[in-house]
Amino acid sequence: MYTQAMDIPDGQPAALKPVPKDINAAEAELQKRFDARIDADGRIEPQDWMPEAYRKTLVRQISQHAHSEIVGMLPEGNWISRAPSLKRKAILIAKVQDEGGHGLYLYSAAETLGTSRDQMFDALHTGKAKYSSIFNYPTLNWADVGVIGWLVDGAAIMNQIPLCRCSYGPYARAMVRVCKEESFHQRQGYESLLQMMKGTQAQKDMVQDAVNRWWWKCLAMFGPPDADSPNSAQGMRWGIKRLTNDELRQKFVDATVPQAQVLGVTLPDPELKWNEERGHWDFGAIDWDEFWNTVNGNGPCNKERLATRVKAWNDGAWLRDGALAHEAKQRARTMKEAA
Amino acid sequence: MSNTAPALKEWPLWEVFIRSKQGLEHKHCGSLHAADARQALQMARDVYTRRQEGVSIWVVPSAQITASEPDDKAEFFEPMGDKIYRHPTFYEIPDEVGHM
Repeated sequence: MYTQAMDIPDGQPAALKPVPKDINAAEAELQKRFDARIDADGRIEPQDWMPEAYRKTLVRQISQHAHSEIVGMLPEGNWISRAPSLKRKAILIAKVQDEGGHGLYLYSAAETLGTSRDQMFDALHTGKAKYSSIFNYPTLNWADVGVIGWLVDGAAIMNQIPLCRCSYGPYARAMVRVCKEESFHQRQGYESLLQMMKGTQAQKDMVQDAVNRWWWKCLAMFGPPDADSPNSAQGMRWGIKRLTNDELRQKFVDATVPQAQVLGVTLPDPELKWNEERGHWDFGAIDWDEFWNTVNGNGPCNKERLATRVKAWNDGAWLRDGALAHEAKQRARTMKEAA
Repeated sequence: MSNTAPALKEWPLWEVFIRSKQGLEHKHCGSLHAADARQALQMARDVYTRRQEGVSIWVVPSAQITASEPDDKAEFFEPMGDKIYRHPTFYEIPDEVGHM
Protein backbone atom coordinates (compact mmCIF):
# COMPACT_ATOMS: atom_id res chain seq x y z
CA MET A 1 0.00 0.00 0.00
CA TYR A 2 1.26 3.42 -0.83
CA THR A 3 0.45 6.34 1.36
CA GLN A 4 -0.99 9.74 0.78
CA ALA A 5 2.28 11.24 2.02
CA MET A 6 3.91 10.05 -1.19
CA ASP A 7 1.53 12.09 -3.31
CA ILE A 8 3.44 15.28 -2.72
CA PRO A 9 7.19 14.93 -3.08
CA ASP A 10 9.55 17.11 -1.05
CA GLY A 11 6.80 18.61 1.06
CA GLN A 12 5.80 20.99 -1.75
CA PRO A 13 2.14 21.91 -1.34
CA ALA A 14 0.17 20.64 -4.31
CA ALA A 15 -1.45 24.05 -4.73
CA LEU A 16 1.86 25.51 -5.94
CA LYS A 17 1.79 23.44 -9.13
CA PRO A 18 1.23 25.58 -12.22
CA VAL A 19 -2.45 25.75 -13.09
CA PRO A 20 -3.15 24.58 -16.67
CA LYS A 21 -4.54 27.37 -18.87
CA ASP A 22 -7.51 25.43 -20.16
CA ILE A 23 -8.64 23.29 -17.25
CA ASN A 24 -11.48 21.63 -19.11
CA ALA A 25 -9.33 20.48 -22.00
CA ALA A 26 -6.68 19.21 -19.60
CA GLU A 27 -9.29 17.38 -17.53
CA ALA A 28 -10.84 15.82 -20.61
CA GLU A 29 -7.41 14.54 -21.66
CA LEU A 30 -6.78 13.10 -18.17
CA GLN A 31 -10.22 11.50 -18.14
CA LYS A 32 -9.48 9.93 -21.53
CA ARG A 33 -6.23 8.45 -20.27
CA PHE A 34 -7.95 7.20 -17.10
CA ASP A 35 -10.73 5.52 -19.11
CA ALA A 36 -8.20 3.94 -21.46
CA ARG A 37 -6.29 2.47 -18.54
CA ILE A 38 -9.48 1.08 -16.97
CA ASP A 39 -10.55 -0.39 -20.35
CA ALA A 40 -7.17 -2.11 -20.65
CA ASP A 41 -7.73 -3.61 -17.18
CA GLY A 42 -4.83 -1.53 -15.86
CA ARG A 43 -4.39 -0.39 -12.28
CA ILE A 44 -4.76 3.08 -10.79
CA GLU A 45 -2.20 4.10 -8.15
CA PRO A 46 -2.47 6.89 -5.55
CA GLN A 47 -0.36 9.41 -7.49
CA ASP A 48 -2.41 8.98 -10.68
CA TRP A 49 -5.13 11.37 -11.75
CA MET A 50 -8.62 9.97 -11.11
CA PRO A 51 -12.14 11.34 -11.46
CA GLU A 52 -13.45 12.84 -8.23
CA ALA A 53 -16.43 10.46 -8.19
CA TYR A 54 -14.08 7.44 -8.47
CA ARG A 55 -12.07 8.74 -5.51
CA LYS A 56 -15.20 9.40 -3.45
CA THR A 57 -16.69 6.00 -4.21
CA LEU A 58 -13.47 4.28 -3.16
CA VAL A 59 -13.12 6.31 0.04
CA ARG A 60 -16.67 5.38 0.97
CA GLN A 61 -16.31 1.71 0.10
CA ILE A 62 -12.85 1.14 1.61
CA SER A 63 -13.61 3.03 4.82
CA GLN A 64 -16.90 1.17 5.26
CA HIS A 65 -15.01 -2.04 4.70
CA ALA A 66 -12.44 -1.02 7.35
CA HIS A 67 -15.16 -0.04 9.82
CA SER A 68 -16.80 -3.43 9.27
CA GLU A 69 -13.59 -5.23 10.22
CA ILE A 70 -13.23 -3.15 13.39
CA VAL A 71 -16.87 -3.40 14.50
CA GLY A 72 -16.77 -7.08 13.53
CA MET A 73 -14.33 -7.66 16.39
CA LEU A 74 -17.07 -6.85 18.91
CA PRO A 75 -19.61 -9.71 18.56
CA GLU A 76 -16.81 -12.30 18.62
CA GLY A 77 -14.65 -10.53 21.20
CA ASN A 78 -17.48 -11.06 23.67
CA TRP A 79 -16.84 -14.81 23.44
CA ILE A 80 -13.09 -14.84 24.09
CA SER A 81 -13.53 -15.18 27.84
CA ARG A 82 -16.30 -17.75 27.36
CA ALA A 83 -14.62 -20.05 24.82
CA PRO A 84 -15.15 -23.70 25.78
CA SER A 85 -11.44 -24.67 25.76
CA LEU A 86 -7.99 -23.11 25.74
CA LYS A 87 -7.57 -24.22 22.11
CA ARG A 88 -10.77 -22.47 21.00
CA LYS A 89 -9.83 -19.40 23.01
CA ALA A 90 -6.40 -19.14 21.35
CA ILE A 91 -8.02 -19.57 17.92
CA LEU A 92 -10.64 -16.92 18.62
CA ILE A 93 -8.07 -14.42 19.92
CA ALA A 94 -6.02 -14.95 16.73
CA LYS A 95 -9.11 -14.44 14.57
CA VAL A 96 -10.22 -11.27 16.35
CA GLN A 97 -6.66 -9.93 16.12
CA ASP A 98 -6.73 -10.65 12.37
CA GLU A 99 -9.93 -8.62 12.02
CA GLY A 100 -8.18 -5.70 13.71
CA GLY A 101 -5.29 -6.12 11.27
CA HIS A 102 -7.67 -6.20 8.29
CA GLY A 103 -9.18 -2.94 9.48
CA LEU A 104 -5.70 -1.39 9.61
CA TYR A 105 -4.72 -2.56 6.08
CA LEU A 106 -7.95 -1.05 4.79
CA TYR A 107 -7.69 2.25 6.65
CA SER A 108 -4.17 2.60 5.17
CA ALA A 109 -5.54 1.94 1.68
CA ALA A 110 -8.27 4.57 2.17
CA GLU A 111 -5.73 7.09 3.45
CA THR A 112 -3.90 6.93 0.12
CA LEU A 113 -6.97 8.65 -1.34
CA GLY A 114 -6.47 11.74 0.81
CA THR A 115 -8.73 11.06 3.78
CA SER A 116 -7.21 10.90 7.27
CA ARG A 117 -7.53 8.15 9.87
CA ASP A 118 -9.12 10.58 12.32
CA GLN A 119 -11.67 11.72 9.72
CA MET A 120 -12.69 8.12 9.15
CA PHE A 121 -12.90 7.33 12.87
CA ASP A 122 -14.94 10.46 13.39
CA ALA A 123 -17.38 9.42 10.66
CA LEU A 124 -17.74 6.00 12.30
CA HIS A 125 -18.07 7.30 15.84
CA THR A 126 -20.64 9.96 14.99
CA GLY A 127 -22.74 7.40 13.12
CA LYS A 128 -22.21 9.08 9.73
CA ALA A 129 -20.35 6.10 8.23
CA LYS A 130 -21.96 2.72 7.70
CA TYR A 131 -20.48 -0.68 8.41
CA SER A 132 -21.71 -4.15 7.52
CA SER A 133 -25.15 -4.62 9.05
CA ILE A 134 -24.41 -8.23 9.88
CA PHE A 135 -22.65 -7.06 13.05
CA ASN A 136 -25.81 -5.45 14.36
CA TYR A 137 -27.18 -8.86 15.31
CA PRO A 138 -26.38 -10.53 18.64
CA THR A 139 -24.18 -13.61 19.18
CA LEU A 140 -26.39 -15.55 21.59
CA ASN A 141 -24.29 -18.66 22.22
CA TRP A 142 -21.05 -20.43 21.32
CA ALA A 143 -22.52 -21.97 18.15
CA ASP A 144 -22.92 -18.42 16.81
CA VAL A 145 -19.15 -18.01 16.86
CA GLY A 146 -18.73 -21.07 14.62
CA VAL A 147 -21.53 -19.97 12.31
CA ILE A 148 -20.02 -16.49 11.98
CA GLY A 149 -16.76 -18.07 10.83
CA TRP A 150 -18.44 -20.44 8.41
CA LEU A 151 -21.21 -18.25 6.94
CA VAL A 152 -20.38 -14.60 7.69
CA ASP A 153 -16.70 -14.95 6.84
CA GLY A 154 -17.64 -17.27 3.97
CA ALA A 155 -19.87 -14.55 2.53
CA ALA A 156 -17.17 -11.96 3.12
CA ILE A 157 -14.60 -14.08 1.24
CA MET A 158 -17.01 -14.43 -1.72
CA ASN A 159 -17.21 -10.63 -1.79
CA GLN A 160 -13.51 -10.02 -1.25
CA ILE A 161 -11.94 -12.43 -3.74
CA PRO A 162 -13.06 -10.42 -6.80
CA LEU A 163 -11.86 -7.26 -5.01
CA CYS A 164 -8.29 -8.61 -5.26
CA ARG A 165 -8.60 -7.58 -8.94
CA CYS A 166 -10.03 -4.14 -8.14
CA SER A 167 -8.73 -1.34 -10.38
CA TYR A 168 -7.38 0.63 -7.42
CA GLY A 169 -3.97 -0.82 -6.54
CA PRO A 170 -3.80 -0.23 -2.77
CA TYR A 171 -7.30 -1.68 -2.23
CA ALA A 172 -6.52 -4.74 -4.36
CA ARG A 173 -3.25 -5.36 -2.50
CA ALA A 174 -4.97 -5.06 0.89
CA MET A 175 -7.57 -7.58 -0.29
CA VAL A 176 -4.95 -10.15 -1.32
CA ARG A 177 -3.59 -10.10 2.22
CA VAL A 178 -7.07 -10.18 3.79
CA CYS A 179 -8.24 -13.11 1.65
CA LYS A 180 -5.22 -15.23 2.58
CA GLU A 181 -6.00 -14.77 6.27
CA GLU A 182 -9.77 -15.00 5.95
CA SER A 183 -9.55 -18.59 4.76
CA PHE A 184 -8.40 -19.61 8.26
CA HIS A 185 -11.45 -17.79 9.71
CA GLN A 186 -13.93 -19.76 7.66
CA ARG A 187 -12.25 -23.12 8.20
CA GLN A 188 -11.90 -22.73 11.96
CA GLY A 189 -15.61 -21.86 12.20
CA TYR A 190 -16.72 -24.80 10.11
CA GLU A 191 -14.43 -27.20 11.96
CA SER A 192 -15.74 -26.00 15.33
CA LEU A 193 -19.31 -26.69 14.12
CA LEU A 194 -18.29 -30.16 12.87
CA GLN A 195 -17.06 -30.84 16.38
CA MET A 196 -20.33 -29.71 17.94
CA MET A 197 -22.29 -31.88 15.48
CA LYS A 198 -20.47 -34.92 16.91
CA GLY A 199 -21.73 -34.00 20.38
CA THR A 200 -25.03 -34.28 22.25
CA GLN A 201 -28.45 -33.58 20.76
CA ALA A 202 -28.46 -30.26 22.66
CA GLN A 203 -25.21 -29.24 20.94
CA LYS A 204 -26.55 -30.24 17.52
CA ASP A 205 -29.68 -28.20 18.20
CA MET A 206 -27.54 -25.20 19.08
CA VAL A 207 -25.78 -25.39 15.70
CA GLN A 208 -29.05 -25.72 13.79
CA ASP A 209 -30.58 -22.83 15.75
CA ALA A 210 -27.58 -20.58 15.01
CA VAL A 211 -27.67 -21.50 11.30
CA ASN A 212 -31.40 -20.70 11.23
CA ARG A 213 -30.82 -17.27 12.75
CA TRP A 214 -27.84 -16.27 10.56
CA TRP A 215 -28.65 -17.74 7.11
CA TRP A 216 -30.91 -15.03 5.74
CA LYS A 217 -28.81 -12.25 7.20
CA CYS A 218 -25.77 -13.65 5.39
CA LEU A 219 -27.64 -13.68 2.07
CA ALA A 220 -28.53 -10.01 2.63
CA MET A 221 -24.82 -9.20 3.19
CA PHE A 222 -24.34 -9.12 -0.59
CA GLY A 223 -26.55 -6.06 -0.81
CA PRO A 224 -29.80 -5.27 -2.62
CA PRO A 225 -30.76 -7.13 -5.82
CA ASP A 226 -29.08 -5.85 -8.99
CA ALA A 227 -32.30 -4.22 -10.14
CA ASP A 228 -32.30 -2.05 -7.00
CA SER A 229 -28.63 -1.09 -6.88
CA PRO A 230 -28.16 1.75 -9.34
CA ASN A 231 -24.50 2.33 -8.36
CA SER A 232 -23.46 -1.21 -9.31
CA ALA A 233 -23.10 -0.44 -13.01
CA GLN A 234 -20.76 2.49 -12.34
CA GLY A 235 -18.70 0.35 -9.95
CA MET A 236 -18.40 -2.31 -12.64
CA ARG A 237 -17.44 0.30 -15.26
CA TRP A 238 -14.63 1.50 -12.99
CA GLY A 239 -13.36 -2.01 -12.29
CA ILE A 240 -14.05 -1.56 -8.58
CA LYS A 241 -16.76 -4.19 -8.65
CA ARG A 242 -16.16 -7.31 -10.73
CA LEU A 243 -19.34 -9.32 -10.02
CA THR A 244 -22.84 -8.06 -9.25
CA ASN A 245 -24.58 -8.51 -5.88
CA ASP A 246 -26.85 -11.23 -7.27
CA GLU A 247 -23.98 -13.10 -8.94
CA LEU A 248 -22.02 -13.16 -5.68
CA ARG A 249 -25.07 -14.21 -3.68
CA GLN A 250 -25.70 -17.11 -6.06
CA LYS A 251 -22.07 -18.21 -5.84
CA PHE A 252 -22.33 -18.18 -2.05
CA VAL A 253 -25.52 -20.27 -2.00
CA ASP A 254 -24.07 -22.77 -4.47
CA ALA A 255 -20.90 -23.15 -2.40
CA THR A 256 -22.66 -23.36 0.95
CA VAL A 257 -25.44 -25.91 0.30
CA PRO A 258 -23.05 -28.90 -0.03
CA GLN A 259 -21.12 -27.70 3.05
CA ALA A 260 -24.37 -27.70 5.06
CA GLN A 261 -25.08 -31.24 3.88
CA VAL A 262 -21.67 -32.47 5.08
CA LEU A 263 -22.18 -30.68 8.37
CA GLY A 264 -25.61 -32.28 8.78
CA VAL A 265 -27.70 -29.13 9.15
CA THR A 266 -30.56 -27.80 7.05
CA LEU A 267 -30.75 -24.27 5.67
CA PRO A 268 -33.97 -22.49 6.71
CA ASP A 269 -35.42 -21.99 3.23
CA PRO A 270 -38.27 -24.24 1.99
CA GLU A 271 -37.73 -22.92 -1.55
CA LEU A 272 -34.08 -24.00 -1.68
CA LYS A 273 -33.98 -26.37 -4.68
CA TRP A 274 -31.42 -27.49 -7.27
CA ASN A 275 -32.29 -26.06 -10.67
CA GLU A 276 -30.96 -28.45 -13.28
CA GLU A 277 -31.56 -26.04 -16.12
CA ARG A 278 -29.72 -23.10 -14.52
CA GLY A 279 -27.09 -25.30 -12.91
CA HIS A 280 -27.61 -23.36 -9.68
CA TRP A 281 -29.57 -23.61 -6.43
CA ASP A 282 -32.83 -21.62 -6.41
CA PHE A 283 -33.61 -19.87 -3.17
CA GLY A 284 -36.46 -17.92 -1.57
CA ALA A 285 -37.09 -14.19 -1.20
CA ILE A 286 -34.97 -12.11 1.19
CA ASP A 287 -36.71 -9.79 3.67
CA TRP A 288 -35.27 -6.47 2.46
CA ASP A 289 -37.43 -4.40 4.82
CA GLU A 290 -35.63 -6.00 7.73
CA PHE A 291 -32.27 -5.39 6.04
CA TRP A 292 -32.94 -1.68 5.47
CA ASN A 293 -34.35 -1.28 8.94
CA THR A 294 -31.04 -2.56 10.36
CA VAL A 295 -28.94 -0.50 7.93
CA ASN A 296 -30.86 2.57 9.03
CA GLY A 297 -29.93 2.07 12.66
CA ASN A 298 -32.81 0.06 14.07
CA GLY A 299 -31.27 -3.42 14.28
CA PRO A 300 -31.05 -5.20 17.64
CA CYS A 301 -27.45 -4.15 18.38
CA ASN A 302 -26.74 -0.94 16.37
CA LYS A 303 -26.67 1.30 19.43
CA GLU A 304 -24.73 -1.13 21.59
CA ARG A 305 -22.01 -1.73 18.96
CA LEU A 306 -21.45 1.96 18.32
CA ALA A 307 -21.47 2.79 22.03
CA THR A 308 -18.89 0.04 22.73
CA ARG A 309 -16.67 1.29 19.92
CA VAL A 310 -16.90 4.95 21.03
CA LYS A 311 -16.13 3.96 24.63
CA ALA A 312 -13.05 2.00 23.52
CA TRP A 313 -11.83 5.01 21.52
CA ASN A 314 -12.42 7.46 24.38
CA ASP A 315 -10.89 5.14 26.96
CA GLY A 316 -7.75 4.89 24.80
CA ALA A 317 -7.28 8.66 24.45
CA TRP A 318 -4.84 8.91 27.39
CA LEU A 319 -2.63 6.26 25.79
CA ARG A 320 -2.59 7.90 22.35
CA ASP A 321 -1.81 11.30 23.86
CA GLY A 322 0.70 9.84 26.29
CA ALA A 323 2.64 8.08 23.52
CA LEU A 324 2.92 11.34 21.57
CA ALA A 325 3.97 13.26 24.67
CA HIS A 326 6.59 10.61 25.43
CA GLU A 327 7.95 10.84 21.89
CA ALA A 328 8.17 14.67 22.14
CA LYS A 329 10.00 14.42 25.47
CA GLN A 330 12.48 11.84 24.15
CA ARG A 331 13.16 13.96 21.09
CA ALA A 332 13.73 17.09 23.19
CA ARG A 333 16.11 15.16 25.45
CA THR A 334 18.11 13.79 22.50
CA MET A 335 18.42 17.26 20.99
CA LYS A 336 19.59 18.70 24.32
CA GLU A 337 22.24 16.01 24.66
CA ALA A 338 23.41 16.61 21.12
CA ALA A 339 23.66 20.38 21.70
CA MET B 1 -23.33 10.20 19.42
CA SER B 2 -20.76 12.99 19.18
CA ASN B 3 -19.12 12.60 22.59
CA THR B 4 -15.87 11.46 21.00
CA ALA B 5 -12.92 12.99 22.84
CA PRO B 6 -10.61 14.93 20.48
CA ALA B 7 -7.07 13.52 20.40
CA LEU B 8 -4.00 15.79 20.61
CA LYS B 9 -3.31 14.85 17.01
CA GLU B 10 -2.94 11.79 14.84
CA TRP B 11 0.08 9.55 15.34
CA PRO B 12 2.42 10.06 12.37
CA LEU B 13 2.45 7.66 9.44
CA TRP B 14 5.23 5.10 8.84
CA GLU B 15 6.05 2.90 5.86
CA VAL B 16 6.83 -0.72 6.67
CA PHE B 17 9.40 -2.86 4.80
CA ILE B 18 9.83 -6.55 5.55
CA ARG B 19 12.54 -9.08 4.75
CA SER B 20 10.60 -12.31 4.39
CA LYS B 21 13.67 -14.51 4.79
CA GLN B 22 17.41 -14.29 5.07
CA GLY B 23 18.93 -13.66 1.66
CA LEU B 24 16.00 -11.65 0.27
CA GLU B 25 15.59 -7.88 0.18
CA HIS B 26 13.28 -5.84 2.39
CA LYS B 27 10.05 -5.19 0.52
CA HIS B 28 7.42 -2.51 1.08
CA CYS B 29 4.35 -4.15 2.60
CA GLY B 30 2.18 -1.35 3.97
CA SER B 31 1.91 1.54 6.35
CA LEU B 32 0.74 2.27 9.88
CA HIS B 33 0.42 5.05 12.45
CA ALA B 34 2.71 5.09 15.48
CA ALA B 35 3.98 7.69 17.95
CA ASP B 36 7.69 6.80 17.56
CA ALA B 37 10.06 4.42 15.79
CA ARG B 38 10.12 1.80 18.54
CA GLN B 39 6.33 1.65 18.67
CA ALA B 40 6.19 1.55 14.86
CA LEU B 41 8.43 -1.52 14.87
CA GLN B 42 6.33 -3.31 17.47
CA MET B 43 3.10 -2.49 15.67
CA ALA B 44 4.56 -3.54 12.32
CA ARG B 45 5.38 -6.88 13.97
CA ASP B 46 1.74 -7.24 15.11
CA VAL B 47 0.09 -5.95 11.94
CA TYR B 48 2.28 -7.45 9.22
CA THR B 49 4.02 -10.56 10.60
CA ARG B 50 1.37 -12.48 12.52
CA ARG B 51 2.21 -15.58 10.50
CA GLN B 52 5.99 -15.41 10.44
CA GLU B 53 6.02 -13.35 7.26
CA GLY B 54 9.32 -11.76 8.22
CA VAL B 55 12.72 -12.04 9.86
CA SER B 56 13.54 -8.32 9.77
CA ILE B 57 11.52 -5.08 9.65
CA TRP B 58 12.38 -1.52 8.61
CA VAL B 59 10.08 1.38 9.46
CA VAL B 60 10.51 4.79 7.80
CA PRO B 61 8.53 7.98 8.50
CA SER B 62 6.33 8.37 5.40
CA ALA B 63 7.08 12.07 5.25
CA GLN B 64 10.76 11.20 4.69
CA ILE B 65 10.07 9.47 1.38
CA THR B 66 10.62 11.45 -1.79
CA ALA B 67 8.67 10.06 -4.72
CA SER B 68 8.99 10.77 -8.44
CA GLU B 69 6.35 13.10 -9.85
CA PRO B 70 3.50 11.22 -11.57
CA ASP B 71 3.17 14.12 -14.03
CA ASP B 72 6.78 13.63 -15.13
CA LYS B 73 6.37 9.90 -15.70
CA ALA B 74 6.92 10.23 -19.46
CA GLU B 75 10.03 12.40 -19.52
CA PHE B 76 11.45 10.60 -16.48
CA PHE B 77 11.17 7.02 -17.70
CA GLU B 78 10.63 7.07 -21.46
CA PRO B 79 14.23 7.92 -22.46
CA MET B 80 15.08 4.27 -21.71
CA GLY B 81 12.34 3.01 -24.03
CA ASP B 82 14.41 3.18 -27.25
CA LYS B 83 17.67 1.85 -25.85
CA ILE B 84 17.04 -1.75 -26.74
CA TYR B 85 20.82 -2.31 -27.16
CA ARG B 86 20.95 -2.40 -23.35
CA HIS B 87 19.30 -5.82 -23.45
CA PRO B 88 21.19 -9.05 -24.22
CA THR B 89 18.52 -10.14 -26.73
CA PHE B 90 19.57 -7.23 -29.01
CA TYR B 91 22.65 -9.19 -30.08
CA GLU B 92 22.51 -12.09 -32.56
CA ILE B 93 24.98 -14.83 -31.68
CA PRO B 94 25.46 -17.96 -33.89
CA ASP B 95 23.77 -21.08 -32.53
CA GLU B 96 27.03 -23.06 -32.48
CA VAL B 97 28.36 -20.72 -29.76
CA GLY B 98 25.80 -22.23 -27.40
CA HIS B 99 24.75 -20.53 -24.22
CA MET B 100 26.25 -17.08 -23.66
